[in-house]
Amino acid sequence: MTRSGGPAAPPTAPHRPDQLGAATRLTTGWQESSRAASLLRHTERYGPLPRRGSGRALIDAVGQAGLTGRGGAAFPTGTKLRSVASGRGTAVVVANGMESEPASEKDKALLARAPHLVLDGAVLAAGAVRADEVHLCLPRNREWLIAVIQDAVAERQRAGLDRVRIEIHDLPHHYVSSEESALVHWLNGGEAKPTATPPRPFERGVGQRPTLVDNVETLANIALIARFGPAWFRRAGLPDAPGTMLSTVSGAVTDPGVYEVEVGTPVGQVLAMSGARPDVDHVLIGGYFGSWHQIDQVASLPLAPAGLRAAGASPGAGVLLALPPDTCGLAETARVLTWLAGQGAGQCGPCAFGLPAIADDFTQIATGRLTGPALERLERRLGTVTGRGACRHPDGAVRFARSALTAFAADLKAHVSRRTCLAVRRSEARRPVLPIPRPLGMEVWQ
Amino acid sequence: MKHRLAVNPIACTGHGLCAEMLPELIRLDEWGFPIVSDRAIPHDLSPLARRAVRICPELALRLDPAAADRKVAAQ
Ligand SMILES: Cc1cc2nc3c(=O)[nH]c(=O)nc-3n(C[C@H](O)[C@H](O)[C@H](O)COP(=O)(O)O)c2cc1C
Ligand code: SF4
Ligand code: SF4
Repeated sequence: MTRSGGPAAPPTAPHRPDQLGAATRLTTGWQESSRAASLLRHTERYGPLPRRGSGRALIDAVGQAGLTGRGGAAFPTGTKLRSVASGRGTAVVVANGMESEPASEKDKALLARAPHLVLDGAVLAAGAVRADEVHLCLPRNREWLIAVIQDAVAERQRAGLDRVRIEIHDLPHHYVSSEESALVHWLNGGEAKPTATPPRPFERGVGQRPTLVDNVETLANIALIARFGPAWFRRAGLPDAPGTMLSTVSGAVTDPGVYEVEVGTPVGQVLAMSGARPDVDHVLIGGYFGSWHQIDQVASLPLAPAGLRAAGASPGAGVLLALPPDTCGLAETARVLTWLAGQGAGQCGPCAFGLPAIADDFTQIATGRLTGPALERLERRLGTVTGRGACRHPDGAVRFARSALTAFAADLKAHVSRRTCLAVRRSEARRPVLPIPRPLGMEVWQ
Repeated sequence: MKHRLAVNPIACTGHGLCAEMLPELIRLDEWGFPIVSDRAIPHDLSPLARRAVRICPELALRLDPAAADRKVAAQ
């Protein structure tokens, strides 16, 4: 698809009737090649980096477009841009490409195939908030991805494209080292652990300057809004949640992978696109800070913050995981909770002591080896840690645990009466379903 | 201005001194870390609350404005 400057037509492919809800914006050209798009190819696809317009105009456009953060919290991006722009001193932009959520692949996929779309967005955001530096944060153990981005940045330098400096950073990779205050702390020379807030990064972040931390998919959308405008952006998605989103679908599906869908596509439809097995009963929405649900209770709901709220779910960073029907959801949850408990930064009492205790209670229930009233103990503990860490790591783990107790209530009964379910016996012999990253070996936070 | 208590959970080491001083607004969890009430501090407890803040050996306890503008901070 060739495109030049001016009021370009949107790069949206016509919807295929069998994939209603599918859209092609961020994923333009992904069918043709799985390699990173060169600067030339990128410019052919989307047109050149727009240079017109003031920073204020782009901030207004992003606000009118209704773009929200794609890193999990769905915070309005225009509002954040405005806060950073009105801060004191020269601002800094941090692109969050860490993707620490084990069940998510979308940021890796985006960075690996459309690095220039992300870099365009970061540079344009820097222009909007009058920043002179862009820091792109990547996990240290993904060397191949770092190499792709280094090539892309070198290409831009040769072309003399950007006025701001772009730096690539390789951070230690723990679940919480991708939280925004952890990125800032590391960029300031500290450990990649969350810090107590306030001040938040938008007030005082890298070098004590106002700092915009945005997810890489959010930045890629800024690059599209700068080119094609807010009205175009709103042609996909819902009025209160416009645009497309990248969703990583895995588990009991024939075609696991990253799908670009309009925000608000029904959950069941996204699962159907990826070939979910018809006998799947449960789905995890939003990853390990997300929630378990019975499929028939969420299939018709839109994959969007407001639409999922009634069911107690949120799209998070777009993870959908279909639980294979012969797998015990409680055992899977216990395994992930144990991992999450070990992923905390060990800084806050309620997280450092509470999460291991919760994971232990949960494991007792899942294995049927109870000491005392494990379920009552678990429920009490689940009620005490939320909101008491410096970051929301404990809140996410609690939400995940709670949702399992509801979604797998029938299994829970069997487990608590000390008879483990059939599935648990079978799944103990099976390969685990929910992915858990290999241990890093050493406790490196620096 | 109305205030409420807040803990910096990274700094807090769970001494529990604050809960002894002000059990009306601070209780300890099973691991000895404080759970502070998030409601505005009633007028009559205000002097005790200020003393609790001063007594914390880690400087982990503080007073925040009760109706802080958390529009951006809530993300
Ligand atoms: C424990 C924890 C882990 C997080 N991990 C990521 C991550 O891997 N990638 C990401 O973009 N945001 C992550 N976030 C959210 C970031 O703190 C931040 O809100 C986000 O990068 C902002 O970008 P957005 O507004 O574009 O979504 C995490 C938050 C928490 C509490
Ligand atoms: S809540 Fe847990 S993960 Fe977050 S900063 Fe505190 S110890 Fe670290
Ligand atoms: S006195 Fe300070 S350190 Fe001790 S429990 Fe209270 S807040 Fe934590």
